[in-house]
Amino acid sequence: MDFEKDGIEEFLRRIPRRRKRKIVVTAIIVVVALIFFRTTFYTVDAQSVGVVQLFGKYTRTTQPGLHFMIPFGIETVTKVPVTRILSQEFGFRTQKPGVRTVRSQKVFLNESLMLTGDLNVVVVEWIVQYKIGDPRAYLFNVNRVEETIRDVSEAAMRQVVGDRSVDGVLTVERMQIGEEATLKMQEILDRYGAGIQIVTVKLQNVTPPDQVKPAFNAVNEAKQEKETMINEAMKEYNTIIPRASGDAEKMIKEAEGYAIDRVNRAEGDAARFLSLWKSYSVAKDVTRRRLYMETMSTVLSQVEKKYIIDEDETGILRVLPLDELGGKSSLRGGGK
Amino acid sequence: MGNIKQIIIAVVGLLAIFVLFSSFYTVDQREQAVITQFGNPVRVVIDPGLHVKIPFIQEIRFFEKRILEWDGRATQIPTKDKKFILVDTYARWRIIDPLKFYQSVSDELGAQTRLDNVIESTVRDFITENPLIEVVRNSNQVLVQSEGEEIERVDVVIQTGRQKLTRAILAKASEMTPAYGIELIDVEVKHINYVQSVREKVFGRMIAERERIAEQYRSEGQGGRSRILGDMEKDLKKITSEAYRTAEEIKGKADGQSTKIYASAYKKDPDFYSFTKALESYPDAIGKESWLILTTDSDFFRYLKSVR
Repeated sequence: MDFEKDGIEEFLRRIPRRRKRKIVVTAIIVVVALIFFRTTFYTVDAQSVGVVQLFGKYTRTTQPGLHFMIPFGIETVTKVPVTRILSQEFGFRTQKPGVRTVRSQKVFLNESLMLTGDLNVVVVEWIVQYKIGDPRAYLFNVNRVEETIRDVSEAAMRQVVGDRSVDGVLTVERMQIGEEATLKMQEILDRYGAGIQIVTVKLQNVTPPDQVKPAFNAVNEAKQEKETMINEAMKEYNTIIPRASGDAEKMIKEAEGYAIDRVNRAEGDAARFLSLWKSYSVAKDVTRRRLYMETMSTVLSQVEKKYIIDEDETGILRVLPLDELGGKSSLRGGGK
Repeated sequence: MGNIKQIIIAVVGLLAIFVLFSSFYTVDQREQAVITQFGNPVRVVIDPGLHVKIPFIQEIRFFEKRILEWDGRATQIPTKDKKFILVDTYARWRIIDPLKFYQSVSDELGAQTRLDNVIESTVRDFITENPLIEVVRNSNQVLVQSEGEEIERVDVVIQTGRQKLTRAILAKASEMTPAYGIELIDVEVKHINYVQSVREKVFGRMIAERERIAEQYRSEGQGGRSRILGDMEKDLKKITSEAYRTAEEIKGKADGQSTKIYASAYKKDPDFYSFTKALESYPDAIGKESWLILTTDSDFFRYLKSVR
């Protein structure tokens, strides 16, 4: 007891030293002032807004810039990045983002494996991009918002994929699935009042499970095969039919040529005959004879073996070499 | 004894500060509180901000006001159509009655255990009462089929669908939670997967289905080719026969026309025609190699013997 009393007395005896006291007071004032300034002014950067609470109760949201608040922790501020687009990956993880993004080799089948409406299994990988739409709701309504987004996204994606066929999911419906999942996620998150705005849901790799991949590839091959077969047949068709059409046209043209030829010849022959006949009808007998003689001379001149038999002879008689006979113009003239 | 006086002032001052601090408390926007007095709850504080209580004898317990997480384990459940699936659900809940909550489950950990029982059993009940398709599908939206598929598939008409089912699970489970001061906000099925053995079978079926589709493509290819080649054969025949017909028609018409021309000319003097035609044909008919035996009686040679 005495010991303690001595200590206090010793302490009190020292206090009156004015200079020391002054230093202590100044130091306290400086510290308080520092704390005061530190807890009065705050800046909100361009990407964020500040959410201010007075004794824990929400009072206001402040925009980017320099602001004041009641110091010493009576008012506190939480800065929330509202313009930044955040994203989450499902079924895969980006290990090193960059120009050539490196993906983690690990697979997250429990996230990506899902059932389609025709009770098949498909592996869907997707990303969700979102931002904080309502900072107040984001801070105060839902605990563990990021976890909630993951849960909601997985549930929504399975609802959307569950209403589609494996073929639809793998081929034509990717865009719709993303859009529908976006709407569904937004609807659920709004119901929770999470203050999250889904920007987009984008499907990444959508594949059949590894075990059935070869079968799916075989279908694609068969599809190619089908097209090849049809194309080849078309090629054959296209080679043969135009040629046949050309040939047919040629045939018709030839027939037309024949027709023209026939008719012209007939007309020529007829004209010739008629004009001949006209002259003939003037001097029938003479013309007849002349024609006969002319022809005979032509005929006889070209035949090499000619036999002229006297009508009175009984046996075959060789007379003159008929060549000479044919050559004699005097005889032809005699015929006239 | 100024020293003792000063000590008393200091002690009283400290005490006053201590009393002051233990009479005021703040409740965060994210929290709500239950005030207990000697362990007995006396008041619930929902509003955030600065509040007053009796120092020392009243204590505060804080509870979350935000929506909280509940994540179920993947449990194996058979569906009504005897398909074994792994169902993984999640729920969101919040404390609506902190007093009841405090009295019945005391804290979040206790609540999680209680929710495990409530939600898991409700989910199990609903899944086992419904065929798998009701859990997987949401609506009767028409499924896109691959182009090659022509085999008619009778689309299963679903009665409830996943969304209505989860709504029903939520409604049913919600009947039990108010007793714990808990409001269930949502129950959703996060994952459904076939159990390993079923999955193998499903993969087998998928492979068979793909093989069928591939086969169909192949036969469609063959069919397509045959169709085209058939068309080709037909078109070819049509083209050639039509050409033949047209050509023959043209030729026939020309023949007819020429015959008519000849006839109209020759009928003027048929006898003269035969005469000239015969004469015309002799040079052609009788060639170099022919043997010509004529008598002097013929018109041509009769002058060999006499001029008469």
